[in-house]
Amino acid sequence: MAAMDYIDAIRLAMKEEMERDEDVFVLGEDVGVKGGVFTTTKGLIEQFGEMRALDTPLAESAIAGVAIGAAMYGMKPIAEMQYSDFMFPATNQIISEAAKIRYRSNNDWTCPLVIRAPIGGGIFGGLYHSQCPESVFFGTPGLKIVAPYRPYDAKGLLKAAVRDPDPVIYFENKKCYKLVNGDVPETDYTVPIGKANVLREGEDITVIGYSMPLYFVEQAAEELAVEGISTHILDLRTLQPLDKNGILEAVKKTGKVLIIHEDNKTGGVGAEVSAIIAEELLYELDAPIMRLCGPDVPAMPINPPGEKFFMLNKDKVKEAMRHLAQY
Amino acid sequence: MKTLTEIVVPQLAESLVSATIDKWLKQPGDWIDIYEPVCEILTDKVNAELPSTVAGKMVKILVGKGETVPVGTAICLVETEGGANEEQPVQAGAVTAAQTTTGFPDSAQDAPMRGRFSPAVQQLAAEHSVRLTEVTGTGLGGRITRKDVLAYVASGAGKSNSAAGAATAAAQSAVDAAAQVRSSGLHLTETPRLPKIEVEGFAGAGRGDSFIDVTPIRNTIARNMRQSVSEIPHAWTMIEVDVTNLVLLRNKLKDEFMKREGINLTYLAFLLKAVVNAIKDFPIMNSMWAVDKIIVKRDINISLAVGTEDSVLTPVIKNADHKNVAGLAKEIDELARKTREGKLTLSDMQGGTFTVNNTGSFGSILSYPIINYPQAAILTFESIVKRPVVINDMLAVRSMANLCLSLDHRILDGVICGRFLQRVKDNLESFNQESKLY
Repeated sequence: MAAMDYIDAIRLAMKEEMERDEDVFVLGEDVGVKGGVFTTTKGLIEQFGEMRALDTPLAESAIAGVAIGAAMYGMKPIAEMQYSDFMFPATNQIISEAAKIRYRSNNDWTCPLVIRAPIGGGIFGGLYHSQCPESVFFGTPGLKIVAPYRPYDAKGLLKAAVRDPDPVIYFENKKCYKLVNGDVPETDYTVPIGKANVLREGEDITVIGYSMPLYFVEQAAEELAVEGISTHILDLRTLQPLDKNGILEAVKKTGKVLIIHEDNKTGGVGAEVSAIIAEELLYELDAPIMRLCGPDVPAMPINPPGEKFFMLNKDKVKEAMRHLAQY
Repeated sequence: MKTLTEIVVPQLAESLVSATIDKWLKQPGDWIDIYEPVCEILTDKVNAELPSTVAGKMVKILVGKGETVPVGTAICLVETEGGANEEQPVQAGAVTAAQTTTGFPDSAQDAPMRGRFSPAVQQLAAEHSVRLTEVTGTGLGGRITRKDVLAYVASGAGKSNSAAGAATAAAQSAVDAAAQVRSSGLHLTETPRLPKIEVEGFAGAGRGDSFIDVTPIRNTIARNMRQSVSEIPHAWTMIEVDVTNLVLLRNKLKDEFMKREGINLTYLAFLLKAVVNAIKDFPIMNSMWAVDKIIVKRDINISLAVGTEDSVLTPVIKNADHKNVAGLAKEIDELARKTREGKLTLSDMQGGTFTVNNTGSFGSILSYPIINYPQAAILTFESIVKRPVVINDMLAVRSMANLCLSLDHRILDGVICGRFLQRVKDNLESFNQESKLY
């Protein structure tokens, strides 16, 4: 067991899977010689050669399309979208082809594909380097979507995604890369897709989230514990399919729930989680379901005060949590 | 005034969260210009010189050579002239102060949420036969939380109470007792209240008279009415309209409209449409007297007289000529509601160019309106009543309504007003079952 950065856990997962199975290969913009703009794929071309760490042209639709074709022929591609913001030219390939191949071919064909895409802002990236496009893909049956927060899950979920027989979108948070650190076993393990994880046990309020904002939630929970507020934290880990039972159990624990994500509020994952709770747990609720999300504005501002306004932070999260606890 | 300013590790590149100090280029005591490099830093992505964000004298190095610190950490202190950078620490202080004072509300004080029970609380109360009136609420506004009930059950209090279900139900029905606010229709209550009555019993003055305070709104109405009557030479005319087809049209559409829009489809909306279209043909109706000239207004903004129990106001439907019947109906509903709830803003009241008063709503069949100064004319829409009417030498029962018009005789004369009213009449009578609202 070694303490490891989030980004190192992702890199290690790819390295291990490529060593384990020679059908696994990575492709994307600058993933080879440069080792990825964030160094996520650093060292892979040296170890596995240029045929398994493919530098592609700047054409996301082609990256996804090539990966889908390779996957249908039995390869296990890990396609990287340099930033999830650049993913939209590939949405047609992902939604209309990858997600539907098994269904369309009556089980004759499958598409064991992983698409990695860094999400999230707070890095002075502005409009084209900060988006959270989860909601674009969220409502598409046929796709699995994971969004790990802890390095342990980053490695385990990526390995599970590679071994999954169907397309998995792997949303990694670029702000987490060097910020989130944690124990990662150097052994071979996977984290099951579709299972949420309790990060912290508590009895006053339940916070449900995924990816980067959980960092603030954990910090805020620590501080609120001093004030006597005990927080139950659930990391969804998988967005599609949602762990319905995990969500309901976490809510039953306290009857007060705050759902949190960086993607904007309207039509976000939180809306679905909220609907599940409302459908199943009306009589267990002790407070209105609360959501804390990015504002419904078209883009992440590039100016620092604007970005600060847009982004969640520990204080905003703590305030919302305290508010719910006091209700 | 000299102040100490911190220089912090900036976000040098996306995804970077920390940086290492490689070498200090300035030492305590050195003068630093703004943007002059103070040290060299190493990161995973870039190695760079760190420029100063201020000009001043380096006072102290906080992070030594070779140390790695997170983004946002202060690495040195610089003494600067003036207090330009003072604001931030003060703000941060204020925020923490505000946060620490926020505690749990005192349940002994007023508790507006005391009677609101969440589903979880009601379920627990039923399960454990807890009488909620005996539970102390620690939530927002004295609300009883799920945990309060659990604590109450755990404490073993109130075990003997078995009629708890009834208590919950009683508390709930009390919540429903709140009064409802009317939000549509122009009808007045049957017994209008007299505002602020002060009875002074004079000795020997019989039964004594009532004195009513003149409210500011009453005073305004009085002043405007007096100004209008004294400055404008009023003339008056009336026309009779057959609205039978309109009645049929409205009856056909009103339920669907209510379902779709959630508001009443009133006759007034159709009338406004007819009036606005007639004004377009006779723009002089939409004008005002300016002594040496007549100003003809380009925008058609209809002032709508809306009565309340003790006053009348004239909120304005702006650019009424840009709206269809459905749009006008919505505006009427909105303005009527705002008037009754006392939520009209100044901008709701300004810019009117022609006034319409729905006098029929209180049963009038004929009225002599006073012009809404400084406009040129005012039109009233009287009650729709069924009357025997002669059509082609035959008697028929038709729905009839009167339209009355008061006009500023300095601007307008009988002929133009007669034509205008005739056009309004034609417009109203040409509504039929095929007319569209949108």
